[in-house]
Amino acid sequence: MSSENLEKLQQSDAPASTAVHQRDVGKEEAAAQEWKTAALVGRTVTVNKPRQELYAFWRDFNNLARFLENIESVQVKDPRVSHWTVKAPAGQTVQWDAAITEEQPDRLIAWESAPDAQIKHAGRVEFLDAPPGRGTWVRVTLAYEPPAGELGKAIAKLFQKEPKMQARRDLRRFKQLMETGEISTSARCRQQAQT
Amino acid sequence: MRALTWHGKHDVRMETVPDPEIINPRDAIIKVTSTAICGSDLHLYDSIIPSLMPGDILGHEFMGEVVDVGKGNDRLKVGDRVVVPFTISCGKCYFCQKEQYSACDNSNPAEKADMSEIMYGHPMSGLFGYSHLTGGYSGGQAEYVRVPYSDFGPIVVPDGLEDDKVLFLSDILPTGWMAAENAEIEPGDIVAVWGCGPVGLFAIQSCLVLGAHRVIAIDHHPHRLELAKTMGAEIINYHDVKVREALDEMTGGVGPDAVIDAVGLESHGFAIDNVIDAVKVASKVLGTDRAHVLREAILACRKGGRVSVPGVYGGFADKFPVGALMEKGLSVRTGQTHVQRYSEQLLEMIGEGKIDTTFLISHRLPLEEAPNGYKMFKERQNEVTKVVLKTPAARGAVQ
Ligand SMILES: NC(=O)c1ccc[n+]([C@@H]2O[C@H](COP(=O)([O-])OP(=O)(O)OC[C@H]3O[C@@H](n4cnc5c(N)ncnc54)[C@H](O)[C@@H]3O)[C@@H](O)[C@H]2O)c1
Ligand SMILES: [Zn+2]
Ligand SMILES: [Zn+2]
Repeated sequence: MSSENLEKLQQSDAPASTAVHQRDVGKEEAAAQEWKTAALVGRTVTVNKPRQELYAFWRDFNNLARFLENIESVQVKDPRVSHWTVKAPAGQTVQWDAAITEEQPDRLIAWESAPDAQIKHAGRVEFLDAPPGRGTWVRVTLAYEPPAGELGKAIAKLFQKEPKMQARRDLRRFKQLMETGEISTSARCRQQAQT
Repeated sequence: MRALTWHGKHDVRMETVPDPEIINPRDAIIKVTSTAICGSDLHLYDSIIPSLMPGDILGHEFMGEVVDVGKGNDRLKVGDRVVVPFTISCGKCYFCQKEQYSACDNSNPAEKADMSEIMYGHPMSGLFGYSHLTGGYSGGQAEYVRVPYSDFGPIVVPDGLEDDKVLFLSDILPTGWMAAENAEIEPGDIVAVWGCGPVGLFAIQSCLVLGAHRVIAIDHHPHRLELAKTMGAEIINYHDVKVREALDEMTGGVGPDAVIDAVGLESHGFAIDNVIDAVKVASKVLGTDRAHVLREAILACRKGGRVSVPGVYGGFADKFPVGALMEKGLSVRTGQTHVQRYSEQLLEMIGEGKIDTTFLISHRLPLEEAPNGYKMFKERQNEVTKVVLKTPAARGAVQ
């Protein structure tokens, strides 16, 4: 059944993340990544800035923690490899390495977690020209293997309860930072802003 | 500081809360001098608009003095006297650059924007002192306010113009103006305006300034209708007159060229559709808005006419006359006001004496008496046309 659905999907111009039959898309992704299962999340946001500027900011992975809510830090180890730290429940952290698997200057960056990572995921951000005068379309696609076991459950709670919503919020923050120079908050005082 | 906080239906209180602080580089802190209660606040007071939390500070029509500015703010300086638009706009996104400021894509914090994205398809911008749908920003019925993106929104006003003349640049004056602009008035046009509250009255004034041939105002409060008449409108009291029949008779059987709904989702009256809507709202199951005025306005409007809706709606409407809308070829324009688009122009007209706003103010109270102000504005609409609250920082404050 799945291949038929996928074939039909490819006849429309919409991204795979918008497919009705998400399970089939996940299966294909899992096969491609050699994972047990996979889920796919996609989200596009328009940013009123040129592609070059957005690409340059994203390509410096040290910047990612400024707008990815759950990521405590991303440290660049070498031009391809970065070290990610995520806050986990009970004051713990989960850490892994990710490597860039593909890049096209001003157009695309793709990365993948190391094979021993606890959160197996592959990400891809594309910078596309929006219609003239409208800035850039930034399209993020994340594939991940829902983790198993106790730790998996804890991480899932934090990281993957609503990955779609998380992607949406993170991209909104990216847009705010790029367009306005800051991240919007309705907190009244600094103490509120931190919680 | 002291602030007016919301705690539930018809329960607002003055409380002492922590002062606001600069958080982002483009912020400013404003020491409020004057702040008003709006018809939109009544929707919150009545718990009709969803998503308020106990302790939220209300108020979105305010002005005062800049007492602190963030590092990234090169436009405002301490001591400036400013009126603050109720719409929070970043000035940088596509919508702000198109002057659709109330559609700003950035001012609603990322974690607050999901709800309105789900309800409306796309997230709303941030508004002061409103619901968490629009960011949950602390409002202006307080001694101090943190104003984000303050290098863009607030308008500096000259010292010569006292608070009561310029305060309404924050909301209702541009709202009435945009309502009239959305009516796309042509010479000879007759415009009908439902609601003679502050928004309706300013809409009437604006329609006449923009060249309407005649304006017909509809309400049931005699004093409010009297004010509409003083402004130059003809009036209909819907308690005494069948509105649609009257409008047809008063427009040669054609219907008004443009209709303005300055009432919104809390329309009163005993029309059958309104009673059914009220039952549904009360049951809280269906969550439908009371759209009586909007229905009536669409049916009254002439063929090919314009429907302008400054009145606030929040959810869904039943029995919406979609057939009349389509078959008569009406166009609809609506929205929260793009306040910043009109600030300069209206400030100039106030300075030149072309527009007066002070006629509207029926009551001035100290901020401490804000809860009483809400009660009066809610329960005695006829004579309480607008309540302005003065903080201790106001010149000649009523204490
Ligand atoms: N679009 C915006 O940005 C914006 C800004 C400010 C206010 N508003 C909205 O505009 C509306 C009016 O605001 P306001 O401050 O003038 O409020 P208000 O409550 O003072 O006035 C509303 C008036 O409508 C009248 N009314 C009620 N039912 C009616 C009916 N069936 N027919 C005719 N008149 C009727 C009432 O008697 C009252 O005088 C509210 O919905 C408010 O939320 C919108
Ligand atoms: Zn208002
Ligand atoms: Zn904006």
